[in-house]
Amino acid sequence: MRKLITPISEAAIRELKVGDEILLNGKVVLSRDIGHKFMVEKKPDWLKPILEEAVIYHCGPVVAKQPDGSWSFVSAGPTTSIREEPYQADVLETYNVRGVIGKGGMGKKTSGGLQKVGACYFHATGGAGALLAERVKRVVDVKMLEEFGSPEAFWIIEVEDFPLVVTMDSHGGSLHEVVANASQERARELMAAK
Amino acid sequence: MTSCPLPTLTSLETVEARSVLPAGWKADLSQPSAVDLTLPVLELIRRSTTRLPQDVIETLVAFRNREEEGSRAANTLDTMLENVTLADENVAPLCQDTGTLLFWVRHPFGFSQRVLKAQVRKAVQEATAKSWLRPNCVESLSGRNPGNNMDPFGETHPVVHFEEHEGPGIEISIMQKGGGCENVGAQYRLPDVAIGAGRDLGGVRKCIIDAVTKAQGQGCSPGILGVAIGGDRVTGYERSKEVILRKLGTPNADPKLDAFEKQLMEELNSLGIGPMGYGGLTTVLGVHVSEMWRHPASFYVSISYMCWSSRRMDLVIEPNGTVVYR
Repeated sequence: MRKLITPISEAAIRELKVGDEILLNGKVVLSRDIGHKFMVEKKPDWLKPILEEAVIYHCGPVVAKQPDGSWSFVSAGPTTSIREEPYQADVLETYNVRGVIGKGGMGKKTSGGLQKVGACYFHATGGAGALLAERVKRVVDVKMLEEFGSPEAFWIIEVEDFPLVVTMDSHGGSLHEVVANASQERARELMAAK
Repeated sequence: MTSCPLPTLTSLETVEARSVLPAGWKADLSQPSAVDLTLPVLELIRRSTTRLPQDVIETLVAFRNREEEGSRAANTLDTMLENVTLADENVAPLCQDTGTLLFWVRHPFGFSQRVLKAQVRKAVQEATAKSWLRPNCVESLSGRNPGNNMDPFGETHPVVHFEEHEGPGIEISIMQKGGGCENVGAQYRLPDVAIGAGRDLGGVRKCIIDAVTKAQGQGCSPGILGVAIGGDRVTGYERSKEVILRKLGTPNADPKLDAFEKQLMEELNSLGIGPMGYGGLTTVLGVHVSEMWRHPASFYVSISYMCWSSRRMDLVIEPNGTVVYR
């Protein structure tokens, strides 16, 4: 498995293809439903340096506050990405994001954004919350915690060897589309049989 | 042939040592108004959120060993199984989405459901404060999150179903149902022209194939399906969740439905969706079907999809007051 370290250059992202398994290292910014609506509608300037060439992770973690006031991640797997389909392409372009981590894949609009900006969709194993939290080495900061609540806040973290599969690349490839088409074909056969 | 060993969870002694319930804790069921189940329920949540049931683990391993070595499907199932071991060792939630919390409470005559509900709610609040649960209850329109998993009206979260039963003990089942898998559930009204499903078992079969194909990997496949045939829109969905409590590998009591479940397991696992929708031989771990009575004009098929991380557990207070988790 190849290692990928943030910030990621456009050239490095363009080399990645659907099916590649990678270990991500470096800065990741968590954002999900409220955050994506916010990023598109408000486009705040303070977020721009945080997201420049970074990777967004669709995740609402279980967190614990330590006695010294710092935070740790207890469980942190991916949430379903398709809910961000209306926003993701805009977010990629506005903030020059190099990757999105989630589960379940995304649609054509996002694929267009990935191709235009030079970014990949990385799939993490859904439900593997305890394992993925162990790969979070540090919680660097958190934004909008009060406003959005802990599952929806912008958590800024550092990850080490975070295991991912490229399921949508910057060339229009999508593993989700391939599997969906083949399974729909098989479903039609089964339904016709009886 | 490929193989993956069965992960071993921590020993019962370790689980007991970590329990929030003091050793030798007992309830006096002859004094219903003096019984406080807050601690036993808190311990139920701790176990359920960190320890996957043995039947689910065994089924995951059996399917893992059918996948081709080195394939994405095999690697993904390995990651899932590694996560199962880590969550247990670290007492960390298996999944960060600790779900909508559903409880089924069966109690003898003489217990106050209002009091029992307050105890369940207190246990949920404490488990949330301990980071065993994520605060998953928000106001619908504003999205406001009070951070304690409590719906202030006591209507929607946690969900507590009550039943007064004849037995002398108390049984409480918990299910933690994640939002991703809840979102891919579906309810069909037969006949359904779009998928060519009529009002018979063949029609039910088409609904199930359609729902699983639409779900793809979104519900964290391989999933466990709960299917209710009949009922009204509410009771059908309720039953579709309740049947997910059944252990994997146990037969359906109705021989006709048992054969139907086995046929669907084969057919659904030929769809090629695979773990997390990456492709593979493992799309569902179980199909549990239940038939209910219905209004002559209505024929609903209600389908609930449970993710591979099927967190469920039972707490039993025996007639002598001792506590058993199973």
